[in-house]
Amino acid sequence: MASKTDRRNRPARGGPPGPPDQASVRGANRTRLSLHVPEPDGRPGDEPDFSKLVIPAAGSVARPDISAAAADTHPLCFTLVRVLDEDGQAVGPWDPRLDAETLKRMLKDMMTVRAFDERMFRAQRQGKTSFYMKSLGEEAVAVAAAYALDGEDMCFPTYRQQGLLVARGYPMVEMMNQIYSNRGDRLKGRQLPVMYSDKKKGFFSISGNLATQYPQAVGWAMGSAVKGDSRIAAAWIGDGSTAEGDFHSAVLFAGIYRAPVILNVVNNQWAISSFSGIAGGELTTFAARAVGYGIAGLRVDGNDPLAVYAATQWAADRARSNLGPTLIEMFTYRVEGHSTSDDPSAYRPQGAGKKWPLGDPIERLKAHLVSLGEWDDGRHEELAKEVDTEVRAAQKEAEKLGTLVASTIDFPQDVSTMFEDVFEEMPWHLKEQQAQMIAELEAKKK
Amino acid sequence: MTVMNMIQAINSAHHVMMEADDNVVALGEDVGYFGGVFRATEGLQRKYGRSRVFDTPISEGGIMGVAIGMATYGLRPVAEIQFADYIYPGFDQIVSEAARIRYRTAGEWCVPLTIRSPYGGGIFGGQTHSQSPEALFAHIAGITTVIPSNPYDAKGLLISAIESNDPVVFFEPKRIYNGPFDGFFDRPVTPWAKHVASEVPDGHYTVPIGKAQVVREGEALTVVAYGTMVHVVLAAVEAAGIDAEVIDLRTIVPVDIETIEESVKKTGRCAIVHEATRTAGFGAELAALVQERCFYHLEAPVQRATGWDTPYPHSLEWAYFPGPIRLGTAFKKALED
Repeated sequence: MASKTDRRNRPARGGPPGPPDQASVRGANRTRLSLHVPEPDGRPGDEPDFSKLVIPAAGSVARPDISAAAADTHPLCFTLVRVLDEDGQAVGPWDPRLDAETLKRMLKDMMTVRAFDERMFRAQRQGKTSFYMKSLGEEAVAVAAAYALDGEDMCFPTYRQQGLLVARGYPMVEMMNQIYSNRGDRLKGRQLPVMYSDKKKGFFSISGNLATQYPQAVGWAMGSAVKGDSRIAAAWIGDGSTAEGDFHSAVLFAGIYRAPVILNVVNNQWAISSFSGIAGGELTTFAARAVGYGIAGLRVDGNDPLAVYAATQWAADRARSNLGPTLIEMFTYRVEGHSTSDDPSAYRPQGAGKKWPLGDPIERLKAHLVSLGEWDDGRHEELAKEVDTEVRAAQKEAEKLGTLVASTIDFPQDVSTMFEDVFEEMPWHLKEQQAQMIAELEAKKK
Repeated sequence: MTVMNMIQAINSAHHVMMEADDNVVALGEDVGYFGGVFRATEGLQRKYGRSRVFDTPISEGGIMGVAIGMATYGLRPVAEIQFADYIYPGFDQIVSEAARIRYRTAGEWCVPLTIRSPYGGGIFGGQTHSQSPEALFAHIAGITTVIPSNPYDAKGLLISAIESNDPVVFFEPKRIYNGPFDGFFDRPVTPWAKHVASEVPDGHYTVPIGKAQVVREGEALTVVAYGTMVHVVLAAVEAAGIDAEVIDLRTIVPVDIETIEESVKKTGRCAIVHEATRTAGFGAELAALVQERCFYHLEAPVQRATGWDTPYPHSLEWAYFPGPIRLGTAFKKALED
């Protein structure tokens, strides 16, 4: 009997492969196995439910010395470093004690990012560009980190850290030129909107392939160490992209070679339509990845600009002291869709972003400045207007150089540039193709 | 001048470049203390220190990602992938990143990275130590692919690769590391010492990327090859008594079309030889180029002699390898009226 069953379980040679017949599986009296596929706590039509989140009180988490053993930071991977409490007060050992002027600049930068996002989102809807990605609710993750880094440190961002450029004083017109792929676009219309690059501002070219920048940041940092430089690297990745092999290699290499790099995981809970559970977020925290690799790890309230600043500063000081990398989970929420091509009402409860228990980073910094007696609604409104005027002025300026053109004849760039920069020197086959394309366009014009 | 085999020539190129430029670093699996499983990086760590020559974990994706990052910092990494068969975990970093960073940043960043990798079969390496994946890289815009066939070219081309400001995939035909294998596997190996190209200058010199070499002049047939197959072709044309012109491409992208075109227009016949699998192999590109440019000079269809479209079989290696018989058949067809 047994041998007959065994034979039946195996597909005949040359026959179709496939699962064995259930009834004949050996051990049929055991528990039937079932596959677990994670599901979020709410879908469209449900009320947003964040009741499972455990949120420690601001100021309650200890701050290890920057020279602490990596293992001493590991308890911090399972809690949240928070500085701003519900009343807008900065409390506890992580309070970076920033002066009011710095806080106001930080506030303005975050508001600028938000206004910029709003205008560019609208520009996409108006057909002025093909694509846009907002960072609504995540402004602190980039802006506050930029404040804690040195201007010469190299950032390896994802497409949702436009706040780094704004905080580093990059001209909004340049960003818009890129978004519009217009005549002023430094990247010559080659990159999808928001895939900025600027070496002088320490902003590495955004790939669009996810996670590839992570090991590159580690390599850049290793280069800095090889040369005895003092600059460090910082990288960002989304919760979803931590599933890529590049994440593993990056953290592994960073640990092995003690690379001076800050590895941020921006856990905004969503990877397009997949909640963080699909990337393993149900099993443990993303910060806890640090434990397995034996590097320092922190888990931070990403909607608390002071906590983001303090954690980044801690990790930067540690890296600069040859004490190696830190993995920081920035715990936040993607309030809007993934991009202009996405509609989150198709997969998650309506209004989830507004109910995020950790609040809004701009509102929280505003409340803090108010609590310090440095700010009020009137000034806030005035600043909002100022920011809006600046963004509109930049947009007007950028649009003078054109917006995305869909044409088969007229292009904002000199079309022959399409063949440049594939190699440092153009080989014969590209020269031939370039000539052919130019002839093609001339024929079309006739 | 010193008589060198391929490994010694490659090692010498490392020494010359590491001595000349502090930004040159070498990394890879077993590359550091041990000096590489083929010993290509022997003595480098001792001389230039651990921070410039180091072992990496078994992580080709990591090696590529990190080396690209180092290159964007301003270093000139020479990254070894221990066998070309293991390059695939790093493929995304090569194709999507190294190849495109110059382009996508409009020249603001570049990736002066050399990816060295022993490749090809004939060593009883089975399917995982024998592959010739050059066509995969030839297909990628922004990647230069170099395959030397002798010690002199290996050193000169490797120095050119390291000095290049663009990523170069540098495949080393491991079957000819120790001698110019001629395709007759049952004969004893001839050491490099008996070959003129084993005379290698000790110092710095370059062999230009993108330039082929006519290694045998002839009137009856043009044979285009690279790597190990150059020697197999030379032995086969001698054995068959064919007055063939043999071109060693040395670089497959950018390919030296002028040399090929000139030769085929002269001979009117062309055979292409590579060890890699046949379908969509680099020979297909070469055949297309030859017919586009030399169609009215051709007296017969362009022929290909290649590996079969199967994985590289271990014990059947010499039935797989495009040896003298397969080459002879292709040459004969190319010479038909």
